[in-house]
Amino acid sequence: MEEAAPALERLLQPAPLEPLGHPDAGLEAAVGEEAEGAQDEEGPGDRTMTENFWVKKIEISVSEAEKRTGRNAMNMQEYTAYLVETRSVEHNDGPSVLTDSLWRRYSEFELLRNYLLVYYPHIVVPPLPEKRAEFIWHKLSADNMDPDFVERRRIGLENFLLRVASHPILCRDRIFYLFLTQEGNWKEIVNETGFQLKADSRLKALNATFRVKNPDKRFTELKHYSDELQSVISHLLRVRARVADRLYGVYKVHGNYGRVFSEWSAIEKEMGDGLQSAGHHMDVYASSIDDILEDEEHYADQLKEYLFYAEALRAVCRKHELMQYDLEMAAQDLASKKQQCEELSTGTVRTFSLKGMTTKLFGQETPEQREARIKVLEEQISEGEQQLKSKNLEGREFVKNAWADIERFKEQKNRDLKEALISYAVMQISMCKKGIQVWTNAKECFSKM
Amino acid sequence: MDMNSLSPTMPTSPLSMINQVKFEDEPDLKDLFITVDDPESHVTTIETFITYRVATQTSRGEFDSSEFEVRRRYQDFLWLKGKLEEAHPTLIIPPLPEKFVVKGMVERFSDDFIETRRRALNKFLNRIADHPTLTFSEDFKVFLTAQAGELSSHKKQGPGLLSRMGQTVRAVALSMRGVRSRPEEFTEMNDFIETFSQKINLIDKISQRIYKEEREYFDEMKEYGPIHALWSESEEDLADTLGGVASCLDRCCQATERRLCGLSEALLPVVHEYVLYSEMLMGVMRRRDHIQAELESKAEALTYKKADTDLLTEEVGKLEDKVECANTALRADWERWKQNMRNDIKSAFADTAERNIHYYEQCLATWESFLTAQSDLYAKEPPDDKP
Repeated sequence: MEEAAPALERLLQPAPLEPLGHPDAGLEAAVGEEAEGAQDEEGPGDRTMTENFWVKKIEISVSEAEKRTGRNAMNMQEYTAYLVETRSVEHNDGPSVLTDSLWRRYSEFELLRNYLLVYYPHIVVPPLPEKRAEFIWHKLSADNMDPDFVERRRIGLENFLLRVASHPILCRDRIFYLFLTQEGNWKEIVNETGFQLKADSRLKALNATFRVKNPDKRFTELKHYSDELQSVISHLLRVRARVADRLYGVYKVHGNYGRVFSEWSAIEKEMGDGLQSAGHHMDVYASSIDDILEDEEHYADQLKEYLFYAEALRAVCRKHELMQYDLEMAAQDLASKKQQCEELSTGTVRTFSLKGMTTKLFGQETPEQREARIKVLEEQISEGEQQLKSKNLEGREFVKNAWADIERFKEQKNRDLKEALISYAVMQISMCKKGIQVWTNAKECFSKM
Repeated sequence: MDMNSLSPTMPTSPLSMINQVKFEDEPDLKDLFITVDDPESHVTTIETFITYRVATQTSRGEFDSSEFEVRRRYQDFLWLKGKLEEAHPTLIIPPLPEKFVVKGMVERFSDDFIETRRRALNKFLNRIADHPTLTFSEDFKVFLTAQAGELSSHKKQGPGLLSRMGQTVRAVALSMRGVRSRPEEFTEMNDFIETFSQKINLIDKISQRIYKEEREYFDEMKEYGPIHALWSESEEDLADTLGGVASCLDRCCQATERRLCGLSEALLPVVHEYVLYSEMLMGVMRRRDHIQAELESKAEALTYKKADTDLLTEEVGKLEDKVECANTALRADWERWKQNMRNDIKSAFADTAERNIHYYEQCLATWESFLTAQSDLYAKEPPDDKP
C-alpha cells in the first residue's frame, strides 16, 4: 500500500461516533449532489477518494454467483463466489456507471461483519443471510450448492451490503469501502487492524451478564424483547415451513386426477370431453403451487433477516452489560482502595486484609513503610478516579449512541415487517384468485360431462 | 302383493324428503321414502353389534301402513342383498359398504366408521327404492316392515342350505368351463367395466389422499394464526398488522375445515360407492355369463344325446328364454346405471369444484378486507421514506 503510515492509521480507525441528530454522515445528504472533479479510478491510499465515494449516489449489487474449486489447508473444496458490483450515479436520474467489480466469498462477508461488530459495538449491525439452509420444507434441499439456495443467498448478501451502505455511520467505514473496491489483499488489511484482539471474549461477556448490578433498564428490556422476537419468529418460520409442505401436497395430488381423467375419458362417449378438459385444469392447479411457494420463500427470508437481527440487538445489550460491569468493578476497586488508604492513615482496621494479618503476626510496620504504602495507594486512587471518570463518560456515550441506533433500527424494523406482512397478504390474494379461476374452469368442464 | 285399500295422504317428514330427493332424477314419482339413522350399540354375551333405525314412509297400497320403523343390523342388509341378487342375477344391485375396513387401524365401532357406514346403508336402500324392478321385491318389503322376529322367520324360508350349496358347486363347475360365444355387446360392456373399475379405484385413492393432505394442512394452519397473535403482544407499532394477519389466518383455517367437510360428504362417498359398484358389475357379468354357459352346456348335451331329446329340447328352450330375459334385463339396467353414474360423478365433482371456489372466495375476501384496513391506516399516517 502506497500511502503514508499515519494517514493509514487514522483511516483504519472507526469513524467517530455520531451524536444524535446528525444524519449528514451518510448517503442521504449526498443524494443528488453533483461531485465535481471526482475521479472514478481507484486509489486505495487516497483519502479524498473515500469521502468522494459517498458523495455520489451509489448502487451496490451482488449480481452473480459462481461455483469455484479452491484449495484450502486440507483438500480441494467447492465454494461459491459472488460478484459485487458498485455503480455510481452522477445525477439523480442519470445513467449508472460501473465503478467497481470484484468477487467475494461468503467467508469474506463474514469477516467484514465481524470487523464491524468489534469496531461499532453500539450499532445494530445488519445480519448476514444464513450460512446453511434452515426451516426447510421437503421440496427445498438443504444443500448449500443448490441453485435456489445460492440464489436466495445472493439476494441476502446484496441486502446486507445495501443495509450497511445506507447506515449513516457504517457506510463511512474504510474497511467497508475497501471491501467494495479492493479485491486482493483485503483480508490482510482487515486482519492487520487487529480487530480480533479487540473483540470481547465470550466468557467475559457471559460473566458480565450474570454479575452486573445496575444495567440500564432499557437494555434489560431490549434484551428481553430480542429474546421474544427470536423465539416467535423461529416458531413462525417452522410452522410456515410445515404449512407450505402440506399445501404442496394438496396441490400436487390433484395433479394425479389429470392423468386418470384422461385415461377414463377414452372409454366414455358423453363424458369424455368434459373429463379430459377437467383433467387439464387439475394439472394447471397442481403446477400453480410452485410459483406460489417460491414467492413465499422470499417472504420467509424477510422474516429471517429480523430473526438474525435479534442476535445483533443482543450483541449491543451484551456490550452495554460488559461496559457497565467494567465500570462497577472499577468503582468497587476504587472504593476498596480508598478504604484501605483511610485505614492506613487513621490506623484503624475495619476490614480484613492480608497485610493486617501479617502485621499482627509479624509485627507492626514502620511509619516510613506505612507512609510509602499510603503514597502508592493515593497514586492508585488518583489514577483510578481518572479511569472511573473516563469509563463513566464512555459508558454514557455508549448508551446515548446505542440508543439512537436502536431507535433507528426500531423504525426500520416496523416499516420492513409491516411491508413484508402486507406483501404476504398480497401473495395470499393472488393465490386465491388463481384458485378461483382454475376451479371455475374445472366446474364448467364437469358440468358439461 | 296384496292390494290393501288403505290410501292415506302422505305424511312424510320434511327431513326424510330432503335425504331422498337428491339421489335420483325422478323425484315426482317417489312414493317410498327411507331413512337410516340412529346407530345403537348392542352388547350380548356372544357379541357386540350395531343396529340402525330404518324408517319408511310410503303411500303404496301394497304396504299395510304408511309408516314403518324397524331396527336392522349389517347382517340383515347383507341378507337382503343376497336375496336380490338371487332373484335378479343380471340386475345391477346397489353395493353395500364393506364388511370390514381393510386398511389402517380403524376401530370397528369408531364414530367416523359408523357414520360412513350409516350413510352408505341409507344410500343402498334408497337406490333399491328408486330401482324400477327392485323396488317391488317382496324381500325388500319384508326388510322394511318386519319386526325382528318376523324377519328371522322369513329368512328361514326359501332354498335351504344344502340346495344353496348344490347351486354353488354347479356354478363353480360351469364357470370353469367358461362361456363360448359371448355376444359382442357384452364383451364391450365387460371391457368398459374393467377399465372403469381401474380408473374409479385410482380416483378413489387420489380423493382419499387429497382429504388426508388437506386434513394435515388444516392441522398445521390451526397453529399458524395464533403465533401471529402471540407476536403482536410483544410489538407496539406492528400489533395492528400482526393481529390482522392472525385473524385472517384463523378465518382461512375455518374455511379449510368447511372445505374438508364438503369433501367427506359430497365427493368421497360417491366415488367410493362407484368403486363398490364396479365390483358388483363384475359379479353381474359373471352371472350373465353363467346363465349363458348353462344354456350352452345343455345345448351341447342335446347334440350328443340320442334319448330324451324332447325333454332336453324343452329344457334348452327354457334356458334360451332365460338367457334372453337376463340379457334384456341387463341391457336396460346397464343404460340406466350408466346414466346415473354420469349424473352422480358429474354432480359430485361439480359440487366439489363449487365448494373449492367458495373456499377461495372466502379467503380472498378475508385478505382483501385486511389490506383495505391497512391502507386506511396508511392514509391517516404520512408515509415514511425508506432510507
